[in-house]
Amino acid sequence: MNRKLSTIDPSKKWNGPVREYDLIKEFVIAVVVVGFLALTLAAVFSSPDEKALTMQSWAKSAPADFVQTTAGELAGTTTSANYGPPYNKNGEGQNIGPINLSKAAGVRIPINPAQSFVIEPLKSQSDSKIQSALSMWSSASAQVQAKWASTYSDALTKDGKSLSLEDPSGKYGPVPTLVTSLYGMASTGALDGALTTSDSTLPTNFTKPLLFLADSGSYFPDKAAAQHLSGDQWGVMNETGSWPGQSWLWLYSLWYQIEPFKSSGNADILVMSLMGVLSLGLLLLPVLPVISRIPYWIPVHRLIWRNWYRRSRE
Amino acid sequence: MSTQKVTPQRSWTSRVRMATIEKFEPEDLLPDHQPAYVASWIYIFGVATLAAFVMLIASGLYLTLEGPAWWHSSKVGHYVNSVHLWSVELFFVFMVVHLWGKFWMAAWRGRRLATWMTGCLAFFASIITGFTGYIIQTNFDSQWIATQAKDGFNAMGIGAFFNTLNTGQAILLHVSLLPLTLGFIVVWHVILVRRKGVVPPIEEGGK
Repeated sequence: MNRKLSTIDPSKKWNGPVREYDLIKEFVIAVVVVGFLALTLAAVFSSPDEKALTMQSWAKSAPADFVQTTAGELAGTTTSANYGPPYNKNGEGQNIGPINLSKAAGVRIPINPAQSFVIEPLKSQSDSKIQSALSMWSSASAQVQAKWASTYSDALTKDGKSLSLEDPSGKYGPVPTLVTSLYGMASTGALDGALTTSDSTLPTNFTKPLLFLADSGSYFPDKAAAQHLSGDQWGVMNETGSWPGQSWLWLYSLWYQIEPFKSSGNADILVMSLMGVLSLGLLLLPVLPVISRIPYWIPVHRLIWRNWYRRSRE
Repeated sequence: MSTQKVTPQRSWTSRVRMATIEKFEPEDLLPDHQPAYVASWIYIFGVATLAAFVMLIASGLYLTLEGPAWWHSSKVGHYVNSVHLWSVELFFVFMVVHLWGKFWMAAWRGRRLATWMTGCLAFFASIITGFTGYIIQTNFDSQWIATQAKDGFNAMGIGAFFNTLNTGQAILLHVSLLPLTLGFIVVWHVILVRRKGVVPPIEEGGK
């Protein structure tokens, strides 16, 4: 143990003093100990399972929010209606400088919310009143459709509580019938099936119902806020209830809490790009001039190898 | 019948053998001794990470055999899901402590850059694999995470190809491509650790 530290070449194969070691035994013991720990933590703390939301639960729990969102889909005023790529061309997407990666990738998951979330599901209904409202809607020009729907959407939002409004002058066109009918479909659970089976009869893709749900003005975000999952609650790294979530995403979540990211319309691409650069930095840390010297300046290694250093001096 | 002359060094098989198996001594791969300086609590976290990986693969395979929605209606399923969750939590705790330990040891010294980089790649692959696990829970948490995360992926142009709202796609990624990728990186990392050996202490004077 009197080997001088200055003679250690980390690139050479070690030919100094050794100690006994059993790799297989160590691994088996680790699996047993960690396995016992995982089994015990699971038995004591279990895991969360908040039931998934459905169109039906939305319509029943927050009917006013449902009809307002539906009118918004027809009016083209919701988030998904103006999203842009990869769903449609109604939005610009996000930029980092002159670069717009979402536009470059293009519209690969085409979704027209008014058609996909409202009109197409209603086509499955045989009610003559619904069919005549659909016929009136489809025969109108896009400008007239937008005027009917936005007028009704504004009125519903202003009212705040009603599920439908009287229209003696006909200024809303078929929109009240369409909205009320979709609400009826949602209340029975038929809309859940219609949205998920529109592309496949055995669905595994929930893009349409989830995008529609994400347009909700209060039902979906309020549920999330109650579970401290909102963005301003560091929700990215949280889990429902009091269970630990993806705490390793703390740095990703941090940027959304501070300026200039917090109020930027391009926050997502800025944060993702920054995390990409930081990840590259971690990957190439050994060749970065200043950061790679930190372990030499702050000698935590003295603690890690304290026995070795002590014996070497002796 | 003439005998064809074979040049072993030029065959694909011999090249692969020379680049892999012949690079190792048997005692490097399965050692029964270690340098004397490998004696600290920090070394536990590397093997603990691997042990947690074994646990999460085992619990994940159980969940895979029964299907993605089984755990909502079965007490056994819920427990297996809990084991999977806590294995993932332990896996990340151990991995992060291991990573910090290696940073303070400047463990990239002595031509161990590839070892450091494969460790980082394993960390990144684990984050992506863990994320896909969170969006296939088929409950409220997965709905919320999927709808929020889509914006980041869409902004980067990735969402056009990896749709977080397509649960079927996420399930297949989580149980096939991603764990295979992560497993490959982990094996690569461990082989590099065995081949290069454990980095020795930093010299006095900080070289």
